[in-house]
Amino acid sequence: MTKYDELTEFLLLLGDSAMVQGQRLCEWCGRAPAVEEEMALMNVGLDLVGQARNWLEYAAERINDGRDADMLAFRRDERAYRNLLLVEQPNGDFAVTMVKQFLYDAWQYHLLEALTESADEQVAAIAKKSLKEVTYHLRRSSEWMERLGDGTEESHARMEAAIDTVWRFTFELHRCDAGMQALAAAGVIPQADELAQRWQTTVADVLEKSTLTMPEAARSFYLNGRDGMHSEHLGILLAEMQFLQRAYPDASW
Amino acid sequence: MRAGDLIGTDRSSASGQRREGTAADIDYAWQVLADVPDPEVPAVSVVELGIVREVSWQDGHLHVLVTPTYSGCPATEFIEQLIREALEDAGFAEPQLQQKLDPAWTTDWITDAGREKLRAFGIAPPVGSSSKRSLLGEAPQVQCPHCGSEHTEQISEFGSTACKALYRCRDCLEPFDYFKCI
Ligand SMILES: [Zn+2]
Repeated sequence: MTKYDELTEFLLLLGDSAMVQGQRLCEWCGRAPAVEEEMALMNVGLDLVGQARNWLEYAAERINDGRDADMLAFRRDERAYRNLLLVEQPNGDFAVTMVKQFLYDAWQYHLLEALTESADEQVAAIAKKSLKEVTYHLRRSSEWMERLGDGTEESHARMEAAIDTVWRFTFELHRCDAGMQALAAAGVIPQADELAQRWQTTVADVLEKSTLTMPEAARSFYLNGRDGMHSEHLGILLAEMQFLQRAYPDASW
Repeated sequence: MRAGDLIGTDRSSASGQRREGTAADIDYAWQVLADVPDPEVPAVSVVELGIVREVSWQDGHLHVLVTPTYSGCPATEFIEQLIREALEDAGFAEPQLQQKLDPAWTTDWITDAGREKLRAFGIAPPVGSSSKRSLLGEAPQVQCPHCGSEHTEQISEFGSTACKALYRCRDCLEPFDYFKCI
């Protein structure tokens, strides 16, 4: 499997994660519990797909083999996708959807905030743009955590179960490989341990307010999105997302 | 200036019909852009919305820097197309459009005239200036664009588009869009 330079790999991690999370949110279209909530889910999804495009455009420019952002999104197989395992997990009920969203938002928020000062100008520019949107996302998902966690007996139980379901995938949010160490040393991305600490603080704070239990830090296991080793759910998601471009290559409107 | 009087040079064109642009042409380009409506809020122009960041001459072409409101705004490409068409109709040859992400668009860039037009169109303009507090904080006190009452409440953080939230007036009971402060 082709590995690109460190920065390109990192751009794919950000772009692919936003793309997959955006696609997952769009699965709620026509199924959300209320019209207002459906609009909110779709709008957050749209922001993420837009952010994904910005990251993937930059990645495509660096890969420079004639593929554009659309080709990267719609014609790569799951082994070439670098997204977080967390975002490819199925939506489950509304509790699972919100817990996933919150854990991802907290990661995005602290990462993007640090990236606004990246030594790479284009990374900083995309981060500044995305951060405004993600600040909103984090506020919204934090509010849902509190409302559902500190809500009824059933909503609380479902939230605890949701955390149990997806928590194990959070190990990956703080995983740091040699490539990322090099990027951090060059001032392009933040230090992984500092980022992990900020994420931990935000998550612990919101879980406490939500009367939910914070599990122990997750340990790594055999799957690893950054190397293209995904759970079985990503392939199904991509099959749906990429169908049109696979069936009718270069279709446009 | 009339349509058909091509401004700008094209290196691939040997015809002498084109001429180099001047400062007056840049002023004229701004006037043309002031008449290009935002497709989702046609009451305001792309200039009043603050998404046209810079107009200049580069290599014999009019060069326009445009910034998107939201990363995922589906109107971004359509807006660029409208801008390109308006400039071409006004006689600018092959205007070059480029997206500029940094500094990120803020509702602070919506002009006073733009805010008034939003209100007249039935959309409450953004309240106050953008800051981290406004992004993280409580919903602001929004004035009803229909009756002017401040007795309003937020129904949904998202309205018909990502840039708007849905509100309701408790006095005249009308629902309305609020242009969120970012
Ligand atoms: Zn009113």
